[in-house]
Amino acid sequence: MTVPDEATRLDAFRKAQHLAYAAAEAAAAELRPGMTEREAAKLMDTYARDNGVNEWFHQPFAWFGDRTAFRGPIAWTALRGFNPAFFPGGRRLEEGMAFILDCAPVVEAAVADIGYSGALGENPVAEQLMDDLQAHRALIVDRLNQGATMAEVSRAVDALCRRQGVEPRHKAYPYNVLAHRVEVLPGKPSGLGIARFGLRSVRELRRQVAQGRAEGWSPLWSSAERSDHPPVPGLWAVEPHLGFRDVGAKFEELLVIDAEGRARWLDDDLPHVRRWNARKTARKAA
Amino acid sequence: MMPFHVASGEVTLHGHAGGPEGAPTVVLIHGYPDDSTVWDGVVADLAADHRVITYDVRGAGESTAPASTRGYHLDRLMADLASVLDQEAPAGKVHLVGHDWGSIQGWQALVDPRTRQRIASYTSVSGPSLDLAFGAMSDRLRAQKLGALPPMLNQLMRSWYVMAFHVPAFAPLVWRAGAARLWPRLLKRTDGIEIEARPGQLRDSLNGINLYRANFRERMMHPKRQRIEVPVQLLVPADDPFVGPAVFDDLCDYVPHLMREEVASGHWLPLRDPALLAGRIRRFVTHVETGVDDAALAQGRRRAARHRGDAGPFAGRLALITGAGSGIGRATALALAEKGADVVVTDIDLEAAERTATLARLIGVDAHVRQVDVADLTAMEALAAFIDEKVGIVDIVVNNAGIGMAGDFLDTTEEDWRRVLNVNLWGVIHGARLFAKRMVAARVPGHVVNVASAAAYTPARGMSAYAATKAAVMMMSACLRAELSGQGIGVSTICPGLIDTGITDRTRFVGASEDEQARKRASASRLYARRALTAEAVAADIVAAIEEDRAVARTGMEAVAFDLIGRVSPGLMRMIARADLMPK
Repeated sequence: MTVPDEATRLDAFRKAQHLAYAAAEAAAAELRPGMTEREAAKLMDTYARDNGVNEWFHQPFAWFGDRTAFRGPIAWTALRGFNPAFFPGGRRLEEGMAFILDCAPVVEAAVADIGYSGALGENPVAEQLMDDLQAHRALIVDRLNQGATMAEVSRAVDALCRRQGVEPRHKAYPYNVLAHRVEVLPGKPSGLGIARFGLRSVRELRRQVAQGRAEGWSPLWSSAERSDHPPVPGLWAVEPHLGFRDVGAKFEELLVIDAEGRARWLDDDLPHVRRWNARKTARKAA
Repeated sequence: MMPFHVASGEVTLHGHAGGPEGAPTVVLIHGYPDDSTVWDGVVADLAADHRVITYDVRGAGESTAPASTRGYHLDRLMADLASVLDQEAPAGKVHLVGHDWGSIQGWQALVDPRTRQRIASYTSVSGPSLDLAFGAMSDRLRAQKLGALPPMLNQLMRSWYVMAFHVPAFAPLVWRAGAARLWPRLLKRTDGIEIEARPGQLRDSLNGINLYRANFRERMMHPKRQRIEVPVQLLVPADDPFVGPAVFDDLCDYVPHLMREEVASGHWLPLRDPALLAGRIRRFVTHVETGVDDAALAQGRRRAARHRGDAGPFAGRLALITGAGSGIGRATALALAEKGADVVVTDIDLEAAERTATLARLIGVDAHVRQVDVADLTAMEALAAFIDEKVGIVDIVVNNAGIGMAGDFLDTTEEDWRRVLNVNLWGVIHGARLFAKRMVAARVPGHVVNVASAAAYTPARGMSAYAATKAAVMMMSACLRAELSGQGIGVSTICPGLIDTGITDRTRFVGASEDEQARKRASASRLYARRALTAEAVAADIVAAIEEDRAVARTGMEAVAFDLIGRVSPGLMRMIARADLMPK
């Protein structure tokens, strides 16, 4: 499918992102003590399928407890971070435990990739980390618009983590990425996948890697030298992931870089942004 | 002091009373194998403004002894105390103080129906409540099974003599064979205390064995725990070979008005430091009588609440960390917090220090924040005054704040020298002086940690200023360690190698332009990042150095290797020093 103009294209991504967050919120509302990560992932899957999704960039992930901080086997970065411990497992949710839900549905050829953090009941560390993410969301757009290279922005995120005294746990993701580029998928819809990643999406990402290599940029945005290039127009799924001790929190959402290299978030009507606003209002009221 | 006699059942008790009438009354009960003269130093101090009563426990000193072992049962001992109170302090309440077996009696007095209404406060030294201690032990055994054994075995090892006392004929034989005669020499050897030989030592020692035989088995098999509403002050000698500090954990469940203080002393605190003990009794009595409160008392209550079996090894301790806004300082503050210590974090960057405090609170401890330039004596004195007034006594001080400086000696200006000396050396001196002084005065079994560097013993061109400050810190710490070793205070020097802390982002490269400055910083930071040795690794070494009282801790292979090279081949070390490794 071809998407005609820029505005329609962005609308398609916004719609996909909306649906992905709705799936995560629906699953989060269903979480109960004793539930496993696999069950939580299944909840997102069911919601998305009920709403017409049958292709994924990656199928839903869920992490509970210290797995949200990517500690232990989940943090092994041999094999470039592709790690079976990544996949939802049998960890059971307990009262007060932090959780992260992450899903990436394909909606009419537009790829969304979102991350949703929370805790079952009270978890002050998770709340703090979710608060801390606000500065990262502002920093990323500001630094890009000040003319920093993409690697410099990622290093600025690392430096902010250091100032905050938290660990940048996205370093444990495949290729240590802070973000990866998403595109409208070419070709026919396909439900096929390898290890929870959609075949069509992986093929598209490989195409982008090849294109980027030829043109001097990388669709895998990290602090490494391969990202030392000006902002590349398009959509980027940005996922800063903070960890403190045994708790982690992240958000993941789409960032737009326009043809002039100006950056902005695709949508501000997202759960974590609404949470910051609500807390700001509550603080003001107090 | 006026002598008195009290008849109590089959025995006659002998005691002394003195001090101004109408002043608060303090009753002191001695332990085993002492008599009431063990309190002489404390009485001399306290009797100035308290009415003081001491007496010889049945079987000891000038009191007569019961005929049988059964006569030493706690029930009889409580009848004795009740008789003394009825005769010598018939009206009002008294403040009770007990040491060793006197302390075991004191705990019993808080629940015995004949005495508990008569007691306004209790100060306990080196003697647990048998009911609460044995009760807690059986709880732990039930809850943790085998996991409870190691700390319990520790106490059992310390209590070898209790078991020995139950072996027929053994203990009396030891006392008769010469232990009683050698007693003053033994105390001098073990605790450095000078006492006169007492003619009654052998008799008291033999009689007192019956205290153990008459009471331990019954309490161990059937501990009866009751809630104690009387305010209790617990003084815990840190180097008591007979009573382990863990015996007093979890007490706050049954004793809600409890305060606790660790004291750098052996078992005989009344002899070792009577002035300190009298001062603590006076402060607590005044607090209970008038309601006057201060930071030290509040800290004591906090310590009591924190001392639970499952809390970390630093539970209830207070740690001060300078330069805690980033790097090694922040990591150390959080590592100590994780082990249970409350923290005071300081930094020249207030916002950064506040962030560390926020993270420490998330771990679950109290955290206080102050903005301090360690080079500024007035600011450091103000910090000490703030802690005295609001927080209490610092048990652990980590003099960490420091700055980096690099460049050729001849390019280093006088101002550069002053800056790096003021922060890296004077900052450590101020911290060590101000807080070690307080530890000594309060007999805190504390620890001073001075963060130096592998540069302290690794000569290298371009490092003259920085390395000189660190070498000075290392030597000062070694001397201080020797001075404080007799006072129960440890001193450790920490020598990290190349740690990725961000120090290189702020290092001053002398004789470089602004542009070069930035480039050199970036280049040094890349090197340190590649080395990938974290501040957390240093923090773990600092925690271990405190726990094991290590003189020097080196973090990183390079820190260990250069130490070795410097010892084995100073010539090779001088050759390495000539290599130009400064960022270009």
